[in-house]
Amino acid sequence: MGTGLTRFGRRMRWVPSGLTRLGKQFSTSVCDNNPPAKSFNLYTAINQALHIALETDPRAYVFGEDVGFGGVFRCTTGLADRFGKTRVFNTPLCEQGIVGFAIGLAAMGNRAIAEIQFADYIFPAFDQLVNEAAKFRYRSGNQFNCGGLTVRAPYGAVGHGALYHSQSPEAFFCHVPGLKVVIPRSPREAKGLLLSSIRDPNPVVFFEPKWLYRLSVEEVPEHDYMLPLSEAQVIREGSDITLVGWGAQLSIMEQACIDAEKEGISCELIDLKTLIPWDKETVEASVRKTGRLLISHEAPVTGGFGAEIAASIVERCFLRLEAPVARVCGLDTPFPLVFEPLYMPTKNKVLDSIKSTVNY
Amino acid sequence: MALWLTRSRTVVLQSLKQKHAFWAAAAPLRSSSSSSSSSSSSTVPFPCNSSSPNLFWVNCRFKSTLAMNQLDSLPFSDSDDEQALDFPGGKVTYTSEMTFIPESQEKRVPCYRVLDDNGDLLIGSHLHQMSKEVARKIYNNMVTLQVMDTVFYEAQRQGRLTFYLTSSGEEAINIASAAALTPDDVILAQYREPGVLLWRGFTLQEFTDQLYGNKGDYGKGRQMAIHYGSKKLNYVTISSPLATQLPQAVGIAYSLKMDKKDACAVAYTGDGASSEGDFHAGLNFAAVLEAPVVFICRNNGWAISTNISEQFRSDGIVVKGQAYGIRSIRVDGNDALAVYNAISTAREMAITEQRPILVEALTYRVGHHSTSDDSTKYRPLEEIEYWKTTRNPVNRFRNWIVKNGWWSDKEETELRSSIKKQVMHTIQVGEKTEKPPVADLFSDVYDVTPSNLREQEKQLREDMIKYPQDYPSDVPL
Repeated sequence: MGTGLTRFGRRMRWVPSGLTRLGKQFSTSVCDNNPPAKSFNLYTAINQALHIALETDPRAYVFGEDVGFGGVFRCTTGLADRFGKTRVFNTPLCEQGIVGFAIGLAAMGNRAIAEIQFADYIFPAFDQLVNEAAKFRYRSGNQFNCGGLTVRAPYGAVGHGALYHSQSPEAFFCHVPGLKVVIPRSPREAKGLLLSSIRDPNPVVFFEPKWLYRLSVEEVPEHDYMLPLSEAQVIREGSDITLVGWGAQLSIMEQACIDAEKEGISCELIDLKTLIPWDKETVEASVRKTGRLLISHEAPVTGGFGAEIAASIVERCFLRLEAPVARVCGLDTPFPLVFEPLYMPTKNKVLDSIKSTVNY
Repeated sequence: MALWLTRSRTVVLQSLKQKHAFWAAAAPLRSSSSSSSSSSSSTVPFPCNSSSPNLFWVNCRFKSTLAMNQLDSLPFSDSDDEQALDFPGGKVTYTSEMTFIPESQEKRVPCYRVLDDNGDLLIGSHLHQMSKEVARKIYNNMVTLQVMDTVFYEAQRQGRLTFYLTSSGEEAINIASAAALTPDDVILAQYREPGVLLWRGFTLQEFTDQLYGNKGDYGKGRQMAIHYGSKKLNYVTISSPLATQLPQAVGIAYSLKMDKKDACAVAYTGDGASSEGDFHAGLNFAAVLEAPVVFICRNNGWAISTNISEQFRSDGIVVKGQAYGIRSIRVDGNDALAVYNAISTAREMAITEQRPILVEALTYRVGHHSTSDDSTKYRPLEEIEYWKTTRNPVNRFRNWIVKNGWWSDKEETELRSSIKKQVMHTIQVGEKTEKPPVADLFSDVYDVTPSNLREQEKQLREDMIKYPQDYPSDVPL
């Protein structure tokens, strides 16, 4: 995977510089009373969060396929050595087993941090997540809960991942009351949001943009900090159109915003961060200001979470809207190998959509 | 490791193919040179001409000295311990005999029992200490479960309950297994184990309140009838999907293990659920993670209308344990003493040795699957009758305690009539108890109700006031 990311980085030459810019521009509400932050990439930030989670709670456990030696993306590096093999361990290759086990562990008051090696492989665990984890508290009348459960999974395009190493399955889980779905856009965000997810008293599915594991580098405070869930963030202010996205797609959208600015279009960019329960108010406030909305995600457009955002905002801002809500998303095909650049919601597709929405 | 294995297999296969090709080419040469013109077919390896090259090789190799010589240069030979493969999990010896492990043993795994059909103790049976008090409580609870089932079933038929599901025929597994456990053991039941809750002290009113989904239901009226749960009694709330509780039980057991508790997790399941992926996930995880969990599989022959002959081809459930590295036993599920003994021992091993144990209890679902089912459509009445009478677990246990002088007919009559009255009373109370309030529809989805749910609740309350005729009158606003 690592070589793949490098290859992708070369192919899409703008990505590293874009991310650097994002890193500077995206500000997070991190307490400043701590030593200055150093630069880290996203997988290292995740790794730091896991170290902190295990260090600060003796009832925290990290497990999944190949996590013992550090994980295929290196996110769990050093954990087993430091915290022992009873708290950080490999599991058999069985996603439904991993999540079912994690639910039981969490139900006993532990923090169960489970890794699914790729989001593409989360489906065998779908029943455990949808019928079990999500309903554990509700069905027992709050006698039992598995709130200590966090399922981490790398998601999204990676340049050569094709059908089974590239998918963005977030929308499936956004249809499940009882789950939270969180997706970070950068290393600093990833660390703070992951620690919040782990400590949140509800089951959380945490999708990590694997594209950015190595590519995205920014200053990450080394101390323990959390970023709030269900709070979106305006990461670029503008007045003509609101763009909403999450995860890796935000860097593409940021590029489109910059290019649009050159043509005199002022874009407001929002990172949703938590997809359910989502921060409708922040998006609504922005659309009330700009009068236009564009949503972009890698997942196929039909039935994607963008549709939910569009419907909700139309309900709330119908008279304020000056153009139809635009969606720039993945195609309604399986995620293809050779055709990946065709499938993707690229910067120019976003840019074109910005222009046509503004000029509607 | 998998990759390595695959590679090594490829190498062996290729080597076999090469030898075989060489030998096959050489064999006719040999037969023509060393045999007379009367050469019989026995010297020629054609009878072995099988479609499978491997079979061909094995069957024929000793017929040719050339092939024998070739053997010496093969990388393995019979029982050559020096060349045994040091493989993860222990040494693997090689053999030149191509033997497939048979799909089943000649004899089926025997079923452990202590009492015969008449309730007489079998000679030589080792019995865990069972006091008169415990034996009487077991019997009392089995009868209570029977009476409860009868009354609730009838109440459903009369339209007073929405749904019910009896445990008829499986009273011994329910109660005797519960009796063999301690209150600290965490129960993850399927749905035909209400007896475990009963044993632990769930009151008849608590059962009834759940069935009615009224204010007294701990589940706040959210789940179908019979989905009981009690945090206080360490009985995790029932969920309908099958076998999902097995991997969860492993997680719970792992937590008990880490906390060094003198307790185990106990997961109940049925024969049908053993086909679910989670069943296999649960067993495998338990073995690998050395979790103190007891899996109790009630093999009652039927999964709704699916007979076990359509469920699996193995000798039941018990044989599956070994494939996962799990110690297992088959027990007569209609013999309360055998169940008690087996579960007591299983629990002890699970905790002291920190390992999972699998118990298959052979029994029969005497009742229909549920009140939505009519099992006479798919199974003979005689079969049901046989299990209801000849193999009745409650009667068998009663015979034993009566023979011990621990129980009398008078007590029997009194108990049954008293329980019936009590259950009827709980129904009268349960029916009248109000339903949980509207707020309970929205709470507990998350620890804190998010804004979308608050909005929906507000809207619903307005609708309920506007269109009261559309909404149940017994749900308070």
